[in-house]
Amino acid sequence: MTMANFTVPTVTNTVASTEGLVEKITVQNLDFFYGDHRALKTINVALYQGKVTAFIGPSGCGKSTLLRILNRMYDLYPNQRATGTVRLDNENILSPSQDLNLLRAKVGMVFQKPTPFPMTIYENIAFGIRLYEKLSKSELDGRVQHALERAALWNEVKDKLGANGQSLSGGQQQRLCIARTVAVRPEVILFDEPCSALDPISTAKIEELIDELKEDYTIAIVTHNMQQAARVSDFTAFMYLGELVEYGETTKIFTAPNDRRTQDYITGRFG
Amino acid sequence: MASPTTVAPSTPLYAARRRKNFVTMAIAYAATGFGLAWLALILIVLFWNGFNGLSLRVFTEMTPPPGSSGGLLNAIAGSLVMTFLAVIIGTPLGVLAGTYLAEYGRYEKLSTIVRFINDILLSAPSIVVGLFVYEIMVAQMGHFSGWAGAVALAVIVVPVVVRTTEDMLTLVPDTLREAAASIGLPRSKMIQKIAYRAARAGMITGVLLAVARISGETAPLLFTALNNQFWSTNMNAPVSSLPVVIFQFALSPYKDWQELAWTGALIITLAVLALSITARYLGGQSKKS
Repeated sequence: MTMANFTVPTVTNTVASTEGLVEKITVQNLDFFYGDHRALKTINVALYQGKVTAFIGPSGCGKSTLLRILNRMYDLYPNQRATGTVRLDNENILSPSQDLNLLRAKVGMVFQKPTPFPMTIYENIAFGIRLYEKLSKSELDGRVQHALERAALWNEVKDKLGANGQSLSGGQQQRLCIARTVAVRPEVILFDEPCSALDPISTAKIEELIDELKEDYTIAIVTHNMQQAARVSDFTAFMYLGELVEYGETTKIFTAPNDRRTQDYITGRFG
Repeated sequence: MASPTTVAPSTPLYAARRRKNFVTMAIAYAATGFGLAWLALILIVLFWNGFNGLSLRVFTEMTPPPGSSGGLLNAIAGSLVMTFLAVIIGTPLGVLAGTYLAEYGRYEKLSTIVRFINDILLSAPSIVVGLFVYEIMVAQMGHFSGWAGAVALAVIVVPVVVRTTEDMLTLVPDTLREAAASIGLPRSKMIQKIAYRAARAGMITGVLLAVARISGETAPLLFTALNNQFWSTNMNAPVSSLPVVIFQFALSPYKDWQELAWTGALIITLAVLALSITARYLGGQSKKS
């Protein structure tokens, strides 16, 4: 576990075939502070439209912190601040004039633990839709059904839409949360270790889902599970001690990483 | 050197431990029994003396002059109305202040001060509250009134509701708040639709406990609502209440008044018991969901 060899903080941007890809989110010179503690150090990274980008790295490396900047979730807490720029379609979302609720409607998030609202399955989905759109009952019903279908949950819950969302199993709850996120019609979806509280079968379902969702959404996923990153992502970023060590195409990162630290992490030598 | 690494049940050390355990347990049981015995004694005396006087007349007739028969209707009605008004005034204030402490001002310095003051209010002697309301209302208006009584009770309700509201909202996990924020829900909507819903049972329990607390309060009413021997719905005039009637009648030399005081005490005790059971039931419900 000694890190004596890793003293040179180089960021290696593997040259990848990114031609023809649109940068949906561009992070430039991003620093993040919890009080005085600098948790992220000069991060530069891009999320490509319609692609899945995975963030991997040992606990405390800052990957969840980075994810929570992309929808400014950190704004809920005091003494947390970010400097640098994060562009979503060329608009700096870190600017103080950014409307947070509109940003979060565009950049949805699925959390580590399933977080259904204390209301019925139907209401869990309809609630978010009603925030931004005035729809007739039948339109709303259609949207709810569509969202649940996209989350591969419709067939399991169509006969009990009036049941409490918290009565579902853990895996179903997580898919309900994905449906809730999708229902608001975001452009980007952030997954913060979405499977770490789930069994392997539920995990497989969620991974399948992520693969289907990337047709319509730009996706970022934080995961501790390297096999998962390799399975679901197109691009992978390896983070360590608040730095982005290496970023590139997933196949490249997992087969021929440039940085020694990346190599050590993916081969299980530390982390 | 024979140093035993495990203690066999037969060794003197283990036997001493068992003896110590037995003695400690016996003392704990005795202390519990001692405390409960007094409670049981109070309840038995209350039932013994109060139950005899319990009749329909208690609920249909006014408090009598000494020597004639009567009931407690005006006192019961006065207590109900003043308690109701106190809850109507105190609950919104308490819920809003509790919401500030738990949601908007959770990390503010001001909250620490408000919490500290609220804790003092929570344990303030109720007679102080009575004197305070006497000074700001009764002295200004020039007469005792039901409104002053209701305000005094409301002052007792507020800190209880502030505390339970804050506690219950703090129990709502932050992950739920983040989830609400993640679909673009404004904070005010999150509080109304998510946090209140998740904390509802506990918050209602807090209000019920506040009602239980004020329904037995005598001191704040002595200085504010005073008492009224007759039926009165005028809240600008003195209003009767069960605790004050019990206080007055129990101290009197008249046998029939004393009996009514016992009956009144029994009624309050049973009402508070019912409220506590409801509150516990609701509290249990909220833990289940």
